[in-house]
Amino acid sequence: MPIGDTIPLTPVRWEDVLFLALATLLIVSALLVVSLRDIIHCGLAMIVSFAALAGIYVLLGNPLLAATQVLVYIGAISILILFAIMLTQTKNAPARLVFQTQARLAAPAAAAIAVVITGVVLTTTWPAGGERLWTSTTQISTLLFTDYVLPFETVSVLLTAAVVGAVVLARRDPRESALAELPPGPAQDETPAGGEPGGEPGGEPGGERGRS
Amino acid sequence: MSGSLDSYLILSGILFAIGAFGFLARRNAISMLMSIELMLNAVNLTIVAFGAFVEPLSGHASVIALLVVAVAAAEATVGLAIVLAIYRNRRTPLVDEYHEMQQ
Repeated sequence: MPIGDTIPLTPVRWEDVLFLALATLLIVSALLVVSLRDIIHCGLAMIVSFAALAGIYVLLGNPLLAATQVLVYIGAISILILFAIMLTQTKNAPARLVFQTQARLAAPAAAAIAVVITGVVLTTTWPAGGERLWTSTTQISTLLFTDYVLPFETVSVLLTAAVVGAVVLARRDPRESALAELPPGPAQDETPAGGEPGGEPGGEPGGERGRS
Repeated sequence: MSGSLDSYLILSGILFAIGAFGFLARRNAISMLMSIELMLNAVNLTIVAFGAFVEPLSGHASVIALLVVAVAAAEATVGLAIVLAIYRNRRTPLVDEYHEMQQ
Protein backbone atom coordinates (compact mmCIF):
# COMPACT_ATOMS: atom_id res chain seq x y z
CA MET A 1 0.00 0.00 0.00
CA PRO A 2 1.62 3.28 -1.01
CA ILE A 3 2.05 6.03 1.51
CA GLY A 4 0.34 9.26 0.55
CA ASP A 5 2.00 12.61 0.25
CA THR A 6 0.49 13.89 3.45
CA ILE A 7 0.11 12.52 6.93
CA PRO A 8 -3.32 10.84 7.07
CA LEU A 9 -6.18 13.06 8.28
CA THR A 10 -3.95 16.16 8.24
CA PRO A 11 -2.77 18.47 5.45
CA VAL A 12 0.82 18.26 6.71
CA ARG A 13 3.15 16.84 4.11
CA TRP A 14 5.63 14.12 5.01
CA GLU A 15 8.47 16.03 3.38
CA ASP A 16 7.89 19.04 5.60
CA VAL A 17 7.94 16.85 8.69
CA LEU A 18 11.16 15.21 7.53
CA PHE A 19 12.73 18.55 6.70
CA LEU A 20 11.82 20.03 10.07
CA ALA A 21 13.11 16.99 11.93
CA LEU A 22 16.40 16.89 10.00
CA ALA A 23 16.90 20.65 10.24
CA THR A 24 16.28 20.59 13.99
CA LEU A 25 18.69 17.69 14.39
CA LEU A 26 21.28 19.53 12.29
CA ILE A 27 21.04 22.81 14.21
CA VAL A 28 20.97 21.17 17.64
CA SER A 29 23.93 18.91 16.93
CA ALA A 30 25.88 21.80 15.40
CA LEU A 31 25.22 23.83 18.54
CA LEU A 32 26.45 20.90 20.61
CA VAL A 33 29.62 20.73 18.50
CA VAL A 34 30.53 24.31 19.35
CA SER A 35 29.39 24.28 22.98
CA LEU A 36 30.14 20.93 24.61
CA ARG A 37 32.96 20.80 27.10
CA ASP A 38 34.32 17.35 26.34
CA ILE A 39 35.83 17.39 22.87
CA ILE A 40 35.10 13.70 22.26
CA HIS A 41 31.40 14.52 22.66
CA CYS A 42 31.89 17.39 20.21
CA GLY A 43 33.24 14.91 17.67
CA LEU A 44 30.30 12.56 18.15
CA ALA A 45 27.82 15.43 17.80
CA MET A 46 29.62 16.40 14.62
CA ILE A 47 28.97 12.93 13.20
CA VAL A 48 25.26 13.38 13.98
CA SER A 49 25.23 16.73 12.19
CA PHE A 50 26.92 15.18 9.12
CA ALA A 51 24.30 12.44 9.06
CA ALA A 52 21.45 14.95 9.32
CA LEU A 53 22.94 16.89 6.43
CA ALA A 54 23.11 13.70 4.36
CA GLY A 55 19.38 13.29 5.00
CA ILE A 56 18.76 16.83 3.81
CA TYR A 57 20.69 16.07 0.62
CA VAL A 58 18.32 13.15 0.04
CA LEU A 59 15.37 15.50 0.56
CA LEU A 60 16.91 17.79 -2.04
CA GLY A 61 16.89 14.94 -4.55
CA ASN A 62 20.63 14.34 -4.63
CA PRO A 63 21.33 10.76 -3.53
CA LEU A 64 24.90 10.65 -4.88
CA LEU A 65 25.95 13.60 -2.79
CA ALA A 66 24.23 12.09 0.26
CA ALA A 67 26.22 8.91 -0.23
CA THR A 68 29.41 10.94 -0.63
CA GLN A 69 28.58 12.83 2.53
CA VAL A 70 28.25 9.58 4.45
CA LEU A 71 31.40 8.07 2.94
CA VAL A 72 33.72 11.05 3.11
CA TYR A 73 32.50 13.02 6.09
CA ILE A 74 31.20 10.32 8.41
CA GLY A 75 33.58 7.64 7.19
CA ALA A 76 36.81 9.56 6.73
CA ILE A 77 36.88 13.06 8.18
CA SER A 78 35.12 12.15 11.43
CA ILE A 79 37.48 9.25 12.02
CA LEU A 80 40.45 11.49 11.26
CA ILE A 81 39.22 14.09 13.73
CA LEU A 82 38.50 11.48 16.40
CA PHE A 83 42.03 10.10 15.97
CA ALA A 84 43.48 13.59 16.31
CA ILE A 85 41.39 14.15 19.44
CA MET A 86 42.71 10.95 20.98
CA LEU A 87 46.30 11.87 20.09
CA THR A 88 46.05 15.32 21.63
CA GLN A 89 44.18 14.47 24.83
CA THR A 90 46.08 15.78 27.82
CA LYS A 91 45.35 14.04 31.08
CA ASN A 92 47.15 16.40 33.43
CA ALA A 93 45.81 19.62 31.96
CA PRO A 94 42.09 19.39 31.26
CA ALA A 95 40.61 22.30 29.43
CA ARG A 96 39.09 24.35 32.18
CA LEU A 97 37.73 26.97 29.87
CA VAL A 98 35.96 25.91 26.70
CA PHE A 99 35.78 29.35 25.16
CA GLN A 100 38.32 32.07 24.62
CA THR A 101 37.78 35.52 26.02
CA GLN A 102 36.64 36.72 22.62
CA ALA A 103 33.62 34.40 22.75
CA ARG A 104 31.38 37.15 24.05
CA LEU A 105 32.22 39.17 20.98
CA ALA A 106 31.95 36.17 18.68
CA ALA A 107 28.42 35.27 19.77
CA PRO A 108 26.77 38.55 18.68
CA ALA A 109 28.88 38.54 15.52
CA ALA A 110 27.69 35.06 14.59
CA ALA A 111 24.10 36.00 15.44
CA ALA A 112 24.50 39.02 13.18
CA ILE A 113 25.69 36.76 10.35
CA ALA A 114 22.63 34.55 10.78
CA VAL A 115 20.25 37.52 10.90
CA VAL A 116 21.80 39.17 7.84
CA ILE A 117 21.71 35.97 5.80
CA THR A 118 18.11 35.30 6.79
CA GLY A 119 17.10 38.83 5.91
CA VAL A 120 18.82 38.70 2.55
CA VAL A 121 17.26 35.34 1.74
CA LEU A 122 13.77 36.48 2.66
CA THR A 123 13.92 39.79 0.80
CA THR A 124 15.45 38.45 -2.41
CA THR A 125 13.38 36.95 -5.18
CA TRP A 126 15.36 33.95 -6.35
CA PRO A 127 15.03 32.74 -9.93
CA ALA A 128 13.97 29.39 -8.59
CA GLY A 129 11.21 27.09 -9.60
CA GLY A 130 8.74 25.89 -7.05
CA GLU A 131 9.69 22.25 -7.17
CA ARG A 132 12.85 20.33 -6.59
CA LEU A 133 14.67 18.71 -9.48
CA TRP A 134 15.99 15.21 -9.07
CA THR A 135 19.70 15.17 -9.88
CA SER A 136 20.56 11.84 -11.42
CA THR A 137 23.92 10.20 -11.02
CA THR A 138 24.20 9.87 -14.80
CA GLN A 139 23.86 13.62 -15.16
CA ILE A 140 26.55 14.27 -12.55
CA SER A 141 29.01 11.76 -13.96
CA THR A 142 28.55 13.00 -17.51
CA LEU A 143 29.31 16.54 -16.43
CA LEU A 144 32.18 15.46 -14.20
CA PHE A 145 33.98 13.68 -17.02
CA THR A 146 33.27 16.18 -19.78
CA ASP A 147 32.99 19.80 -18.64
CA TYR A 148 34.73 19.37 -15.31
CA VAL A 149 37.61 17.08 -16.21
CA LEU A 150 40.25 19.68 -15.43
CA PRO A 151 38.94 20.50 -11.90
CA PHE A 152 38.53 16.77 -11.30
CA GLU A 153 42.15 16.03 -12.15
CA THR A 154 43.32 19.08 -10.21
CA VAL A 155 41.47 17.82 -7.15
CA SER A 156 43.15 14.44 -7.46
CA VAL A 157 46.55 16.13 -7.57
CA LEU A 158 45.51 18.27 -4.59
CA LEU A 159 44.51 15.19 -2.59
CA THR A 160 47.83 13.51 -3.33
CA ALA A 161 49.71 16.64 -2.31
CA ALA A 162 47.63 16.91 0.86
CA VAL A 163 48.35 13.32 1.87
CA VAL A 164 52.09 13.70 1.24
CA GLY A 165 52.12 17.02 3.07
CA ALA A 166 50.25 15.59 6.03
CA VAL A 167 52.72 12.71 6.31
CA VAL A 168 55.65 15.11 6.18
CA LEU A 169 54.09 17.42 8.75
CA ALA A 170 52.97 14.77 11.21
CA ARG A 171 55.99 12.48 10.93
CA ARG A 172 58.14 12.26 13.98
CA ASP A 173 61.70 13.08 13.13
CA PRO A 174 63.87 10.10 14.21
CA ARG A 175 66.56 12.43 15.50
CA GLU A 176 63.94 14.22 17.54
CA SER A 177 62.59 11.12 19.27
CA ALA A 178 65.42 11.29 21.80
CA LEU A 179 64.39 14.84 22.63
CA ALA A 180 60.79 13.74 23.06
CA GLU A 181 61.77 11.84 26.21
CA LEU A 182 62.59 15.11 27.93
CA PRO A 183 59.86 16.63 30.06
CA PRO A 184 58.11 19.48 28.31
CA GLY A 185 59.02 22.81 29.66
CA PRO A 186 59.99 26.35 28.81
CA ALA A 187 63.51 25.17 28.06
CA GLN A 188 62.28 23.69 24.78
CA ASP A 189 60.54 26.88 23.85
CA GLU A 190 63.73 28.81 23.28
CA THR A 191 64.25 28.09 19.65
CA PRO A 192 67.85 28.11 18.43
CA ALA A 193 68.84 30.13 15.45
CA GLY A 194 67.69 27.37 13.11
CA GLY A 195 64.03 27.92 13.93
CA GLU A 196 62.04 29.89 11.42
CA PRO A 197 60.45 32.93 13.05
CA GLY A 198 57.79 33.19 10.36
CA GLY A 199 54.33 31.92 11.07
CA GLU A 200 53.80 30.06 7.82
CA PRO A 201 52.94 26.36 8.16
CA GLY A 202 55.55 25.37 5.63
CA GLY A 203 58.25 26.50 8.01
CA GLU A 204 57.26 23.95 10.64
CA PRO A 205 59.27 20.88 9.65
CA GLY A 206 62.30 22.99 8.90
CA GLY A 207 62.06 24.50 12.35
CA GLU A 208 61.84 21.06 13.92
CA ARG A 209 64.92 19.85 12.15
CA GLY A 210 66.86 22.94 13.02
CA ARG A 211 66.17 22.35 16.68
CA SER A 212 67.41 18.78 16.91
CA MET B 1 8.30 24.35 3.64
CA SER B 2 10.58 21.65 2.26
CA GLY B 3 9.59 22.73 -1.25
CA SER B 4 11.02 26.23 -1.14
CA LEU B 5 14.57 27.38 -1.63
CA ASP B 6 14.34 29.92 1.19
CA SER B 7 14.12 27.39 3.99
CA TYR B 8 17.25 25.58 2.85
CA LEU B 9 19.17 28.83 2.48
CA ILE B 10 18.14 30.00 5.94
CA LEU B 11 19.11 26.64 7.42
CA SER B 12 22.47 26.91 5.72
CA GLY B 13 22.96 30.46 6.99
CA ILE B 14 22.25 29.40 10.56
CA LEU B 15 24.66 26.48 10.21
CA PHE B 16 27.34 28.80 8.84
CA ALA B 17 26.84 31.22 11.73
CA ILE B 18 27.18 28.40 14.25
CA GLY B 19 30.39 27.29 12.57
CA ALA B 20 31.74 30.84 12.55
CA PHE B 21 30.98 31.21 16.24
CA GLY B 22 32.73 27.95 17.02
CA PHE B 23 35.79 28.94 15.00
CA LEU B 24 36.07 32.29 16.76
CA ALA B 25 35.21 31.16 20.26
CA ARG B 26 36.67 27.73 20.91
CA ARG B 27 40.08 27.34 22.49
CA ASN B 28 40.87 23.87 21.19
CA ALA B 29 42.47 23.77 17.75
CA ILE B 30 40.59 20.59 16.83
CA SER B 31 37.30 22.22 17.79
CA MET B 32 38.18 25.05 15.44
CA LEU B 33 38.78 22.53 12.64
CA MET B 34 35.41 20.94 13.38
CA SER B 35 33.80 24.38 13.12
CA ILE B 36 35.46 24.85 9.74
CA GLU B 37 33.90 21.58 8.65
CA LEU B 38 30.51 22.88 9.77
CA MET B 39 30.97 26.03 7.71
CA LEU B 40 32.02 24.01 4.65
CA ASN B 41 28.93 21.87 5.11
CA ALA B 42 26.79 24.99 5.18
CA VAL B 43 28.36 26.22 1.94
CA ASN B 44 27.77 22.82 0.35
CA LEU B 45 24.15 22.87 1.45
CA THR B 46 23.72 26.25 -0.25
CA ILE B 47 25.25 24.97 -3.49
CA VAL B 48 23.13 21.83 -3.52
CA ALA B 49 19.96 23.78 -2.70
CA PHE B 50 20.53 26.10 -5.64
CA GLY B 51 21.22 23.14 -7.85
CA ALA B 52 18.00 21.48 -6.77
CA PHE B 53 15.78 24.49 -7.40
CA VAL B 54 17.35 26.34 -10.33
CA GLU B 55 17.03 24.42 -13.56
CA PRO B 56 20.24 25.50 -15.40
CA LEU B 57 22.40 24.71 -12.38
CA SER B 58 21.05 21.23 -11.88
CA GLY B 59 24.06 19.02 -12.54
CA HIS B 60 26.78 21.63 -12.19
CA ALA B 61 25.96 22.33 -8.56
CA SER B 62 26.38 18.68 -7.63
CA VAL B 63 29.76 18.51 -9.35
CA ILE B 64 30.94 21.64 -7.56
CA ALA B 65 29.68 20.26 -4.26
CA LEU B 66 31.62 17.05 -4.85
CA LEU B 67 34.78 19.06 -5.52
CA VAL B 68 34.16 21.04 -2.32
CA VAL B 69 33.90 17.77 -0.38
CA ALA B 70 37.26 16.62 -1.79
CA VAL B 71 38.92 19.93 -0.95
CA ALA B 72 37.43 19.76 2.55
CA ALA B 73 38.96 16.34 3.03
CA ALA B 74 42.37 17.65 1.95
CA GLU B 75 41.98 20.63 4.27
CA ALA B 76 41.09 18.42 7.23
CA THR B 77 44.08 16.18 6.58
CA VAL B 78 46.62 18.99 6.43
CA GLY B 79 44.98 20.94 9.27
CA LEU B 80 45.03 17.99 11.64
CA ALA B 81 48.63 17.20 10.70
CA ILE B 82 49.59 20.78 11.56
CA VAL B 83 47.73 20.53 14.87
CA LEU B 84 49.56 17.29 15.68
CA ALA B 85 52.93 18.82 14.75
CA ILE B 86 52.31 21.82 17.00
CA TYR B 87 51.01 19.56 19.76
CA ARG B 88 54.27 17.62 19.76
CA ASN B 89 56.20 20.81 20.39
CA ARG B 90 53.85 22.63 22.73
CA ARG B 91 52.11 19.73 24.51
CA THR B 92 48.76 21.49 24.30
CA PRO B 93 45.99 21.70 21.71
CA LEU B 94 44.77 25.06 23.05
CA VAL B 95 45.37 27.85 20.56
CA ASP B 96 45.62 30.68 23.08
CA GLU B 97 48.77 29.08 24.47
CA TYR B 98 50.48 29.23 21.09
CA HIS B 99 51.52 32.84 21.49
CA GLU B 100 55.22 31.91 21.45
CA MET B 101 54.95 31.72 17.67
CA GLN B 102 54.31 35.45 17.51
CA GLN B 103 57.97 36.31 18.01
